[in-house]
Amino acid sequence: MTIDSAAPKPNWFSRLAHPGNFMGWSRPVLWPLGIATALLFGLGLWFALFNSPADYQMGETVRIMYVHVPNAWLSQFVYGAMFVAALGTLVWRHPLADVAQKAAAPLGATFTALALFSGALWGRPTWGTFWEWDGRMTSTLVLLFIYLGIIALWRAFDDPLRAGRIVAVVTLVGALDIPVIKLSVDWWNTLHQPESILTASGPKMPGSILTPLFVMMAAFTLLFLLLQLVSMRTEILKRRAETLSRQAAARPA
Amino acid sequence: MNAFAAIVARELKLAARGGADTLTLVLFFVMVGAVVPFAIGPDRTTLARLAPGIVWIAAFLAMLLGLDRLFRADEDDGTLLLLREARLPLEMSVAGKLVAHWLLTALPVLAASPLLAVLLAMDTASWGRTALALLLGTPALTAFGVIGAAVTVSLRRGGLLAPVLVLPLCIPVLIFGVAMVAAPGGSGAALLFLSALSLVSVAFCPFAAALALRLGSE
Repeated sequence: MTIDSAAPKPNWFSRLAHPGNFMGWSRPVLWPLGIATALLFGLGLWFALFNSPADYQMGETVRIMYVHVPNAWLSQFVYGAMFVAALGTLVWRHPLADVAQKAAAPLGATFTALALFSGALWGRPTWGTFWEWDGRMTSTLVLLFIYLGIIALWRAFDDPLRAGRIVAVVTLVGALDIPVIKLSVDWWNTLHQPESILTASGPKMPGSILTPLFVMMAAFTLLFLLLQLVSMRTEILKRRAETLSRQAAARPA
Repeated sequence: MNAFAAIVARELKLAARGGADTLTLVLFFVMVGAVVPFAIGPDRTTLARLAPGIVWIAAFLAMLLGLDRLFRADEDDGTLLLLREARLPLEMSVAGKLVAHWLLTALPVLAASPLLAVLLAMDTASWGRTALALLLGTPALTAFGVIGAAVTVSLRRGGLLAPVLVLPLCIPVLIFGVAMVAAPGGSGAALLFLSALSLVSVAFCPFAAALALRLGSE
């Protein structure tokens, strides 16, 4: 009996998450995922721009919502993904969780910045101002600051392994603090319209607006997955290249 | 418990004999508060209205300024290594440092706040509420600061990074702290929130900071 057969058989997840296997299965996934993203964006934009009604109060500017809401959704979803990856780093010391954390931070920051930007463009014609210190806007801004702090911390370390673990601690502390920030800021000042998709009595919007919104949210989420996979692959290749160049430098000439 | 007290005592002795860090911090706190009237004008009613916010900002900045000295010297001379290997859990050592740091930064700032109250035309009642809010809120600021300092201690150029990481996390403290001063009638909720925030973050901080210190040295 060999040692190998005595070890527990890896389950499907650890097989998928093995860095070598990851490079193997993620490459053929990229193209179909990209095509699906493009198709969904095409469908969603067609719905949003040509096949949905203008709002009776806001007029045509309501169409900004189809870009604004998906970005705002992703700004929080990506932090959730980073939180899970941080747990993976700290609890299982998984190398791929490290890479996932590092790849997600700039993506999350970008989606958050886009949510703020599209919100400002939408706020100007409807509220008459680019910026208002309203609860949700403020907590999104704070979230952007947290993302940027985490990116700055990533860049300050030379050793990616140590950086991953330290950043994971900060990500966890941030995840515990974000609900508190949200609560305090909401309590402080609120102008933004209340939650209108996920309410106890069902969505408060007509289907003609909800359908394009959901299609666009799915499209943006797929876009995030695609970009996440690509940047994870890039990061793994970068680390391999660094290892190779170190090995080459260590070899006697 | 002896070891815990020894760590607190060591920090206090170091500060008392080692130099004028605490005095510099107080000086900084008072100067930040005293510079604001030059920026917004010496009108007494405006100053009195803004004073609690100014005092909070000055305290906030003073707390952030002192972060780097929390673990830096111990990391440089190897004390941190000893604390990590000591029989006392690292979490307890961090808690001791948290207590000492609060005594060395928040308490002097609190003691200097009457001076700022006079300069900023605050009345006694409003100063009292501000001081109480600072007393309740600064433990949370210190706790978040300890985490920030622990995360950046293994970095050579981490001096500016800790404040950048800690500032957004501390926003709730600022909101509830100022709200407690601003609304005398409705200050009950803010007071409770502020106390809860301090208690939870002080309880949670030693574990997060000790984890970061262990991971940083691997």
